[in-house]
Amino acid sequence: MSDLQTPAGAPGAASDDAPSTATAAANASSAGAGGRSFLPKSTLLRHLLVLALCAVLAVLLLEGTERSTNDQISRIAFYAIAAGGLTLLTGLNGQISLGHGALMAVGAYTTALMLDVDGDPLPLAVIFLVAVAVTAVVGAIVGVAAARLHGPYLAGATLALAVGVPGLTLYFSDTLGGEQGINVRAPRAPDWFVEGIEALSGERGQGTKWLAYIAVACLLISYFLLANLMRSRIGRTWRAVRDQEVAAELAGISLGSWRVLAFVVSAAAAGLAGGVLAIVVRLTAPGSFLPVLSLSLLTAIVIGGLGSLFGALLGSVLLVLLPEWARDFGLEVLDMESAQASQAAFVIYGLLLVATMLFAPAGLVGTVRLALLRRRAARAMSRAGGG
Amino acid sequence: MEEFLSLTLGGVVNGSVYAAFALALVLIWRSTRIVNFAQGSMAAATTFIAVAVIDSGQSYWVGLIVALLAGLVMGALIERVIIRPVEGGPELNAVIVTLGLFIAIQGAVALFAGVNQRAFVPPFSNIGYEVREGFTLLSLSPNTIWTVAAVVVTMLLLIALFRFTRLGLAMRASAFGQEVARLLGVRVGRMLTLGWALAAAVGALAGLLIAGDVSFISPTFMDQLIVFGFVAAVLGGLDSPIGAVVGGLLLGLALNYVRGYLDDSLLGMASLVILVIVLLVRPGGLFSTTPARRA
Repeated sequence: MSDLQTPAGAPGAASDDAPSTATAAANASSAGAGGRSFLPKSTLLRHLLVLALCAVLAVLLLEGTERSTNDQISRIAFYAIAAGGLTLLTGLNGQISLGHGALMAVGAYTTALMLDVDGDPLPLAVIFLVAVAVTAVVGAIVGVAAARLHGPYLAGATLALAVGVPGLTLYFSDTLGGEQGINVRAPRAPDWFVEGIEALSGERGQGTKWLAYIAVACLLISYFLLANLMRSRIGRTWRAVRDQEVAAELAGISLGSWRVLAFVVSAAAAGLAGGVLAIVVRLTAPGSFLPVLSLSLLTAIVIGGLGSLFGALLGSVLLVLLPEWARDFGLEVLDMESAQASQAAFVIYGLLLVATMLFAPAGLVGTVRLALLRRRAARAMSRAGGG
Repeated sequence: MEEFLSLTLGGVVNGSVYAAFALALVLIWRSTRIVNFAQGSMAAATTFIAVAVIDSGQSYWVGLIVALLAGLVMGALIERVIIRPVEGGPELNAVIVTLGLFIAIQGAVALFAGVNQRAFVPPFSNIGYEVREGFTLLSLSPNTIWTVAAVVVTMLLLIALFRFTRLGLAMRASAFGQEVARLLGVRVGRMLTLGWALAAAVGALAGLLIAGDVSFISPTFMDQLIVFGFVAAVLGGLDSPIGAVVGGLLLGLALNYVRGYLDDSLLGMASLVILVIVLLVRPGGLFSTTPARRA
């Protein structure tokens, strides 16, 4: 089985691997590397501390901004959840996926169907868990096939998934709503939340605000889990599978099953992202899950820096803000129609993607981190030389 | 029986277009070991260029020639400027670069031509011939004959190029072994550029043919075709032009039966299933004799 998945260019594999290894090394969290970190040594404690900090920041951000910004933040959140899963798969495990938009569709449709019942739907947390589970199962099926593929073959197969899944929603249009999709009944905020927000900032904690809190909470929880996973034994094994297939196999690692596991975890994140998308956008329709969604996610993680959760978050911010800037620019300066003007964003994504790969394959986070490391090294050198 | 006949013929017609598209992918894969995922967007772009030419009052044939030339130039430019730096590098980087082009070109087309679908008038009638009293063979029309003929002529030209000319020999040599070809005085860089240019022109032809077949175009109308072309190329082994043609025809038949007996919306899923089965059972393609490549 393993002889089917040797990377292309095996002669001179060492030199071929070098750039991707450099990328990965640049994006590996540096907290373990010693340095002058004032954060606790234990990974779990450190991540918990960061989580708490981020939660406080998120509340300040959501309360300090307007309704439309809250909505933007929720959209950033679901992109970021999916991108986080994808960066784990592509950055850490070296498997590319152009099908994560389709996996988001699975999560979104599951959520929409479970909310669309007579009477009271199940609690949202339960619905999200089911959406995650269903998507993870789909991810496992895809992952079993994907584990045997590499590079362009994997890209092509997952692209076929991205093209195929929207068609399924048309075929089963009785349950899935066809081209029109399903209108999602957004869950109502509970009383304690409304009263809490009232006491905090005096605003109404209904609708958009409640959804934004759900989205951000999902983002924080999923990133906390992913970050822990990435720095655990499992994350290290994924890196080994990515960088040194033969060595990993000799060390008793079953390449196939670890690849499938990476796909399952990544799909689970995409499922949650789809669930959040469903309630934030309040509509699940095949038009939201075109291949370009999957490609946008890839853009986000590559520009942000493959393998870095923070990079995935930065990339997702870009995914939400750039189309709006492009649309405003097109409307005001070029006097275009809005749908047409927002296409400029895709031109910019594509060019950024190409430019990143050509000039800074480590992405935003990796490049900045490399530059910092280099400066620190240079300073240490000069100090050693001068003293 | 009549339905089966009609579906089979239609499958051959669609299959020939898939074959042309797969051929474009194979040309690029052979020379640079890169799957050009931007092929679909590039073909959409050249089709819109052709439509702009036709809109300005020129005939379809002028539009076709302009599209082919635009494809040649675009392919050469992209290889020279964007692909050259990632050739021979990590395979993921090359894939991501072509995907970047995919998004950028599609966005550019939508930016200039708008996101909506628009009609496309084929050069010949799309009305099927009446084979006998009361039985019209929908998939046999002047336009489908033109489609198949155009693909066949293109293939014969390509075969002639690779078999009987020094240029074709040089291109084959650079695809076979860059180092050796370079030692023998072949300008490998130029051959790679030419390979991309030719592939883009073939893709441009496929784009126009499929546009005439479905009678509408939109910036995303080639999204499915890039997948079908890829599946067809993989069916044939991704390395062999003949394989790409056979793979294209087989896929065309299979998908047309799915379209006829099940539903249009299942085409994408069906191609995924076919792709996965082929990759799991015969990863080297249907005609592979040697075990899967390790290099």
